[in-house]
Amino acid sequence: MDDLYREVIIEHYKNPGYRGHLDPHDIMFADNNPLCGDHIEITVQVDSNGNVKDARFEGHGCAISQASADLLVESIIGKPLEEVKQLNKQHVLDMLGIDLGPVRLKCALLSLKVLKAGVYGLGEASDELVE
Amino acid sequence: MTLDVTSVREQFPIFQREISAGVPLVYLDSTATSQKPLAVIEAMDRYYRRSNANIHRGVHTLAEEATALYEEAREKIARFVNAPSARQIIYTRNTTESINLVAYAWARANLKPGDLIILTEMEHHSNLVPWHMLAMERGVELDFIPVTEDGLLDLEAYKALLNRTPKLVSFTHMSNVLGTINPAAEIIRLAHEAGAVTLVDAAQSVPHLKVDVQALDADFLAFSAHKMCGPTGIGALYGKADLLEKMPPFLGGGDMIKEVKLRSFRPNSLPHKFEAGTPAIAEAVGFGAAVDYLSSLGMDEIAAHEHSITEYALERLVEIPGVKLFGPDAGNKGGVAAFTLSGVHPHDVAQILDKDGIAVRAGHHCAQPLHEKFGIPATSRASFYLYNTKDEVDLLVNGIYKVKEIFG
Repeated sequence: MDDLYREVIIEHYKNPGYRGHLDPHDIMFADNNPLCGDHIEITVQVDSNGNVKDARFEGHGCAISQASADLLVESIIGKPLEEVKQLNKQHVLDMLGIDLGPVRLKCALLSLKVLKAGVYGLGEASDELVE
Repeated sequence: MTLDVTSVREQFPIFQREISAGVPLVYLDSTATSQKPLAVIEAMDRYYRRSNANIHRGVHTLAEEATALYEEAREKIARFVNAPSARQIIYTRNTTESINLVAYAWARANLKPGDLIILTEMEHHSNLVPWHMLAMERGVELDFIPVTEDGLLDLEAYKALLNRTPKLVSFTHMSNVLGTINPAAEIIRLAHEAGAVTLVDAAQSVPHLKVDVQALDADFLAFSAHKMCGPTGIGALYGKADLLEKMPPFLGGGDMIKEVKLRSFRPNSLPHKFEAGTPAIAEAVGFGAAVDYLSSLGMDEIAAHEHSITEYALERLVEIPGVKLFGPDAGNKGGVAAFTLSGVHPHDVAQILDKDGIAVRAGHHCAQPLHEKFGIPATSRASFYLYNTKDEVDLLVNGIYKVKEIFG
């Protein structure tokens, strides 16, 4: 019935394939969306060639934030970190397959923001990372 | 007399619009801001079409008219809350600015490091952050009346706090999340016995209940026009005359002065002392029209109508498996129903309801500490006003069942 709650989103929200915390990890970053209280932590293991060996996310929040985190983590496994650095907003929106207003966009992009802040080794996640 | 909701709804043009084709608006977000009746929209339109000019000091016809309209609105607002005099009604931008005015002008002149301010755990951020800022700047101390599991203030704990001789007790008359209507007169009486000044955040009470500042014996009372059928951008601070007289000005500029020299000024008398610069004149006119509109319907009738809707809503909501309601039962509660739905984030609830044209709010409603107290990051909140109907409650309930279906 609802474009925003396509099967893929509900499925990834209810049965995420990549929920968890990797230990040891090479990259870890976490942040909140203060507006909704969404929280996402991402851990990444990197192999000797600089590719993502494995990745997981932990967190809580709305279906959009949690489903996009699961989809995002799934999409980066096996990819070179250099490629992960180039991911943008469109990558996440293409996977979700929906249009979002400005408020919900923040929910959808929280995981990308967290991932890129971690990959770039930044102290703080900024909105500019996901423009 | 009971409220004729059909004719009330006809006065609000927004109810003619559809959210999408064939989907009418079900507006359950009046706690955030109310919709506006024709009387308010037309008063502001008329002002701009006929009388627009800057107020005070003008001699021409339009300036006279604009000044008269601006000051008449103040008198209407004063009568609405039973203030002894219109000069005790200060125009501000909103409740938040009213509270900040007290924090800047009264508290900075009267409080010293170590002085205690009592707040409550159910405050909106607008009655927390100004005091946090004061605490950081001046070293005043803050303490809080606890909220019980039922969403009521713990008055025994309050009495114990009063033994520490606070200088100020600042509290919400009605919680914007729990809907709790606090026993303001008693809280104020006890504060006065302990020698404290009182500030009432009446943002949610003035729009919905008959509020009488003299019966309450409030020292300061803050409210906003936009939650009571008026425009955004204007609010009011009521204050006792002796307190307002002794306070230094708030913002500096035009209109708040009696006389300015190159190196000094003398402040204006009340209420203008606190109104620097060209104010929101059309909004003041709209504020006055809103007060007239509510008075013509009767605040007791409005409160009774909201009470019956709220009672019905709580009854229907509690029947839905997975729904958890927050706050006291309808007896002690304004028109607010904050709830969680098990397994579904409030934002998802609100988003799915929106597809059916149902506007509810989701989040922490600017009361993060209260949500932390109940161990939840957010709630969905439906709120009711004079124009809402039981049919709309039914639509809400059906919508929540739809959410449950989608999330399986």
